[in-house]
Amino acid sequence: MSVQSAVAETDLVEAPASGASSLRAQGISAWFGAHQVLDQVTLDITAGEVTALIGPSGCGKSTFLRILNRMHELVPGASLAGRVLLDDVDIYQPASRPTDSRRRIGMVFQRPNPFPAMSVYDNVVSGLKLTGRNTRHSRGRADDLVEETLRRAGLWAEVAKRLHVPGGALSGGQQQRLCIARALAVRPTVLLMDEPCSALDPTSTRRIEETIAEIAPDVTIVIVTHNMQQAQRVSQQCAFFLAAEDEPGRIVEHGPTSQLFDAPTDPRTSDYVHGRFG
Amino acid sequence: MTAVVDRPLERTSTESVPLADERAFRAVVRGCAIVTLLLMGLIALFLLLRSWPALHRAGFSFLTEKRWLPDVNHFGVAALLSGTVVIGCIALLVAVPLALGASLFINEYAPRRLRRLLVSMIDLMAAVPSIVYGLWGFFFLQPRMIGLSRWLSAHLGGVLPFLHVHDADTPSSFTSSAFIAGTVVGIVVVPTVTSVMREVFSQAPVAEREAALALGSTKWGMIRTVVIPFGRGGIIGGSMLGLGRALGETIAVYLIISPILDYTTHPLQSGSNTIAAFIASRSTESSSIGLAGLLGAGLVLFLLTLLVNSIAAVIVARSRSGAVTE
Repeated sequence: MSVQSAVAETDLVEAPASGASSLRAQGISAWFGAHQVLDQVTLDITAGEVTALIGPSGCGKSTFLRILNRMHELVPGASLAGRVLLDDVDIYQPASRPTDSRRRIGMVFQRPNPFPAMSVYDNVVSGLKLTGRNTRHSRGRADDLVEETLRRAGLWAEVAKRLHVPGGALSGGQQQRLCIARALAVRPTVLLMDEPCSALDPTSTRRIEETIAEIAPDVTIVIVTHNMQQAQRVSQQCAFFLAAEDEPGRIVEHGPTSQLFDAPTDPRTSDYVHGRFG
Repeated sequence: MTAVVDRPLERTSTESVPLADERAFRAVVRGCAIVTLLLMGLIALFLLLRSWPALHRAGFSFLTEKRWLPDVNHFGVAALLSGTVVIGCIALLVAVPLALGASLFINEYAPRRLRRLLVSMIDLMAAVPSIVYGLWGFFFLQPRMIGLSRWLSAHLGGVLPFLHVHDADTPSSFTSSAFIAGTVVGIVVVPTVTSVMREVFSQAPVAEREAALALGSTKWGMIRTVVIPFGRGGIIGGSMLGLGRALGETIAVYLIISPILDYTTHPLQSGSNTIAAFIASRSTESSSIGLAGLLGAGLVLFLLTLLVNSIAAVIVARSRSGAVTE
């Protein structure tokens, strides 16, 4: 019993920042019912870097992102083909559980979605409770974890004295950083962000971008964004998605962000990053 | 000065003048709404006026007297009220867990086709007349529940005295009890409660569901953290609505209980009574003062269910997500 609780505590807080994972998507196709939205998308995502997915609306970036942590399959009628290797292990192999994949590959959504009635504190530790890790044995350690993750998400200074107000009472930007803290608290090795700033004002956006830069070495980040400047500011790698009319989305070009923006090889990439369409 | 005031007034009024058919339609629906309210008021007024002779004669003791002897001025709803409340509570004990499980299964677990089937089955269940449930309860369920009643009484009767049953050797001590009637009433109200809960659970925000699942939560974990807290108002409100229906349930209770005019203190013991069942059983044989008394009992039931349903409505209306979201 005591051994077990010791293990639980180790599990909870003393696990070292687990380090970033690499993620490789191979031949990903996706459908909603009979409608195909992605065709044979392959992308290597380097560990510890920020990869931006850019492209016009409806080109399948968000679907691609949701395939990377098995959220796509929650949509009724959705299906997919291909493999996603997390540190060389396929998260879609029959033996692997979606809950495990999602725990290791966290997600931040377009609209901030903290649990509104739950306190800021409980929001941060909610992932631990939801994945069956006991927070009761080690209140003090949970406190440390809450402070640490809120600091990493750049929110600690603003909420240190308000940890027990409901998450829904924070401002939009604070809510989004709370969601980042909540995702980081379960110590994912990859963090997916689906247009995390599109519902936020410029100041909040800047704070989130600072947060991304700060956490990037410890956790691989894949971010979908419509904002070209943001892609250039935060990412080292970039992939340009495009869907021709009535066709599923494909990656037109990918590579280092600077190359994609300064010397794109495909004219369509050049047109898009220079704002000539989309 | 007047011109300045007049012009905006004129403009707002011209804007809001609707077309003739629009106006007619609005008048009709408004009329319907008013008639509904008026009917409620008139029913209450009718009950009050017709029961006044009895209420006036019995005074406050109408609520505290358990006997029903109108001719000698000893009559009241106390015994009936106790049975009504006890049977209502037993019905809730049966209906709420069942409805909670059923609504969660239908919303969260059932495949889409099965979900549609189950939803229409629940609606169908709500449409079955309660006399059918009563007959089924009397002939089918009752003989099968005696064993459970006996077990509860034998094993828990020592700790919880109200579960004690006299004459436990004779099976008939366990038949026609508030427990059996309450169970049947519970089944009668399950569809109502399930519908309300299902409706509220289905409104739990997708964003919050996805938040929980993306953290690596199991489905049950997600339901516990998102769906149930969001639907708390619906759980309480739906239960109260079910209680409102259970309090007024007449024919299923009338068929099952053996009527007594005493407090229902031992729900497993044969014999109980409710206001509704009592009115149904006495309405043909009463003297004028007795009839007035029955109408008074009806008024008490009317006010009780009105109160319970109003509280339910307030709770359901207030609970959007159980939280202040910006």
